Amino acid sequence: MAQYRSIRDLDWPLLVITLIICGTGVLQIYSAAHETVWDDAWWKQSLWVLAGLVIMWIVARIDYHTLLSRAFVFYGLSLFGLALVLVIGRTVFGSRRWIPLPGFHLQISEFVKTVIILLVARFLTELKSDRVEGRDLLKLAGLVAVPMLLVMKQPDLGTALCYLPILAIGVLLAGLRWQYLAAVLVVLILVLPVGWHFVLKDYQKARLVTFLDPGQDPRGSGYQVIQSKIAVGAGGMWGKGVTKGSQTQLRFLPVPHTDFIFSAFAEEHGFVAVVVMLGLYFILLMQIVQNAQMAPDRAGMYICMGVCALLLFHILVNIGMVVGRMPVTGIPLPLMSYGGSNILSFFLMLGLVNSVRLWRFVS
Amino acid sequence: MHTEPENQETKLPPKAPLRDDTKFATGKIAFFQYLGVAVFLFLISGFWDLQVRNPEMYNEQAERNRIKSLPVLAPRGKILDRDGRVIVDNHSSYSLILSRENLRYEHIRPIAAGLGLDYDRLESRISRFRGRPRYEPIIIKNELSPGELAFVEAHRDPETFPEMELIRAQRRLYPRDGLAAHVIGYVGEISESELDLPEFITYDQGDVIGKAGIERQYNDILMGVDGQRQVVVDNRGRERDVLGVKEAVPGKSLRLTIDLDLQVVGELAMEGRKGAVVALDPRNGEVLAMVSAPAFDPNKFASRIRSEDWKEIANNPDNPMLNRAIQAQFAPGSTFKPLMALAGLEKGVVDDDFHIRCPGGASFYGRYFKCWVKTGHGTVDLHKGIVHSCDVFFYNVGNRLGIDNIAEYADMAGLGKKTAIDLPGEATGVVPSSAWKMRNFRQKWYAGETISVSIGQGALTVTPMQLAYAIGGLAMGGVWYRPHLVAADKPEPPRLGKIDPANAQKVVAGMYGVVNEAGGTGGRARLSGVSVCGKTGSAQRISNDAVKGGLGHNLKDNAWFVAFAPCEAPEISVAVLWEGGEHGMLAAPIARDIIKAYFDKKARAAKSQAIAQMQPAMPPVIPQPPSTPAEPAEDEGPPE
Repeated sequence: MAQYRSIRDLDWPLLVITLIICGTGVLQIYSAAHETVWDDAWWKQSLWVLAGLVIMWIVARIDYHTLLSRAFVFYGLSLFGLALVLVIGRTVFGSRRWIPLPGFHLQISEFVKTVIILLVARFLTELKSDRVEGRDLLKLAGLVAVPMLLVMKQPDLGTALCYLPILAIGVLLAGLRWQYLAAVLVVLILVLPVGWHFVLKDYQKARLVTFLDPGQDPRGSGYQVIQSKIAVGAGGMWGKGVTKGSQTQLRFLPVPHTDFIFSAFAEEHGFVAVVVMLGLYFILLMQIVQNAQMAPDRAGMYICMGVCALLLFHILVNIGMVVGRMPVTGIPLPLMSYGGSNILSFFLMLGLVNSVRLWRFVS
Repeated sequence: MHTEPENQETKLPPKAPLRDDTKFATGKIAFFQYLGVAVFLFLISGFWDLQVRNPEMYNEQAERNRIKSLPVLAPRGKILDRDGRVIVDNHSSYSLILSRENLRYEHIRPIAAGLGLDYDRLESRISRFRGRPRYEPIIIKNELSPGELAFVEAHRDPETFPEMELIRAQRRLYPRDGLAAHVIGYVGEISESELDLPEFITYDQGDVIGKAGIERQYNDILMGVDGQRQVVVDNRGRERDVLGVKEAVPGKSLRLTIDLDLQVVGELAMEGRKGAVVALDPRNGEVLAMVSAPAFDPNKFASRIRSEDWKEIANNPDNPMLNRAIQAQFAPGSTFKPLMALAGLEKGVVDDDFHIRCPGGASFYGRYFKCWVKTGHGTVDLHKGIVHSCDVFFYNVGNRLGIDNIAEYADMAGLGKKTAIDLPGEATGVVPSSAWKMRNFRQKWYAGETISVSIGQGALTVTPMQLAYAIGGLAMGGVWYRPHLVAADKPEPPRLGKIDPANAQKVVAGMYGVVNEAGGTGGRARLSGVSVCGKTGSAQRISNDAVKGGLGHNLKDNAWFVAFAPCEAPEISVAVLWEGGEHGMLAAPIARDIIKAYFDKKARAAKSQAIAQMQPAMPPVIPQPPSTPAEPAEDEGPPE
């Protein structure tokens, strides 16, 4: 079958948009981080993107059914990896998220996202009924909850929350009785106050409180939100110009090459460029949705929609944070934020999307 | 295309039975697409709010983040002595300010701990600023030590204590051990009550101004104009770029009339004593030395005095903050007698033939007044009266003059009112008269009260400055130049007294006798080569009656000595007050030391000038024009 899968059959519009976004990201990383200790981040990011392309091509050539059949093996490896992080992980800013490897630090939780996508797709395609029954729902939720808890333990609430939209989109697509939906909502509402007291760390609570009223703590966690809003607002319609944004260049903006990269972009390029950029993300998303609609089977559709939901969640939370409409969670912006694990993880997913697409041409 | 998947199930028999009908989810996927549109519209509206609807507001905030106006503090002018030697200098230091825009109250305690400040005091200081605009910073510590500076540098990032900011400041550096402390005064941060005074209308909170002495009197000259720097700073407050600088205008240096050489002699002489020394040049009113002991260390006031230091100074029974030279008001005792003699001569009460007999005391108006020599002085004329300081002689002179004639001449000499020296806080002293008594006590003057005043007791009080001024002018034949520490651009005309020079001459002769004749009370002020005139004074601090009544017996007499030299053409007049020094003759050596230092210095200057003039006396090589044959005698003359 493999001989039918040629490079010509890849989703080229998807690939071009991805590369434009990544290229803009690299430029913005350069602008935001030059003359700092992150001086070399822009070309490291370029290398990650290249590596990502290779990985994407490799994954695209693999039959996704093969990957699905080994979903539980990956799942087991993921749990092992996450447990390992808790034991030997490198601690940065008070949380253990990375496994030190020669050359870079591997963030296991990023790759677990792909595994969860595969797991959910596999689980839902194997359902006997046309709907997700209560027992199945609990089982699947349990499966997702284990890695989530492990990630929360690092602690990294943002990444842990990323697993939820994958589960949610899958279950909703598979079909759910409205009673279950209501039950889930009730449980969530009950769990929230409990989680507030027992799960959230103080800094996480502070971030949520600050989100509701940033002025309350202008130098603590509210500082980041305020500075980000100032940066975005100061950009105006046309932006301040590359390497000219004072909020970015003078470091008033926190981490302008990772979590707040879109804030730096908005300051230096302005509203028009922001709309163009968001448009690109939107087209990217719709392109994946199209792949889901054209998927040869349910498993392919679940995979594509999982990727879609995860991307939308990332974009909503990260860019929402940049304009002060979402709490600060530390979720990176896909394809733009600096970070090897993040880039590779998304190219891995795009590889899966392409794998689903290429399967259509197998006949 | 949608039909393809249905064919595939059959082609993959070994795979798990994956169900492949994807159409069932079409509606839900469409719903997801709408959700995506909603999310993106939500995000774009966020950018619209910030970037299109009010970018100016955020632009302004970004500018405020980035651009800071920092004051460039102008250094104060130096204070120099008459020879241009530096008395007061500046040194640069760092001050820590708290920016209240960023202040968090829970940070106060760790900051106080890190800098070794008292928490409660810091907190009360911060709360005192509560009513003021938030952009006004609070200076919480001046002259940071290297250790404190390191603490600030390490903790002033936005995540720790962003409220801490450093500014460079020029600090006053005063001589150690309080040298000339009362003349110079000190500077300090302007207080809130001072800000309300019209004198300080142009000053702002946090300005450092002169609080006492020359620093206060000439604050306008010494204080410069602060400049401003507009700088670009990053999130750690580090300067990245300078947008504009308005340079500070440094204060002007001020040259005093004080001669440090004489000042030092005076300070050394008064060490461990309480009192004051004033040396004036009676020819122009220049103050050559002004000592008040004990002194304080102005460096402790240089910015904000620590309250322990303040308590120590304020509770000191010797009151070191008092400038005794112009603020101590005491009875002048016998140093008043030259003025009595002058008044007597002028009013015709005393002439060359006038003499009385001193049996060691005399009765006036039913009261017996003692002479300080119990055995008496025998027959006493004016000259002997001054030389031996005979009290009985002056009782008689005073009795004949009456209080208002005495007051007339005391007033002419400048007593009982400010000398108008250029220092704040001068005291007036008291010259009693019948009008004075009526004004203050609504009582008639009793003739008996005149007797005490005749020997410089009673209600009469003077400051050391007044005494040096009065006697200096008398020695000049009735020409009084206003005492001053900073010479005016053009000399002020003196105040001329209407006195007969011959009468002044007789008083001077008496004062010459005090120092230079056998039996004179001021022999200890004698100098070889310089004719010193003087007068001792031993003044009770309370009346003899009170001593008899057992009150104040522990108060020793004040020792006074007033002198000038040379007698015939005075160049320096000196007044010495030694509180509790018991007898004026013991104060005489202090005046002598200063007069000696003055003339020694003058002689040295003359000698070194003579040496300097020797150098060009070398025979110059002058080309001889052949037309005029030179005369040999002119060749050896000094060149012009």
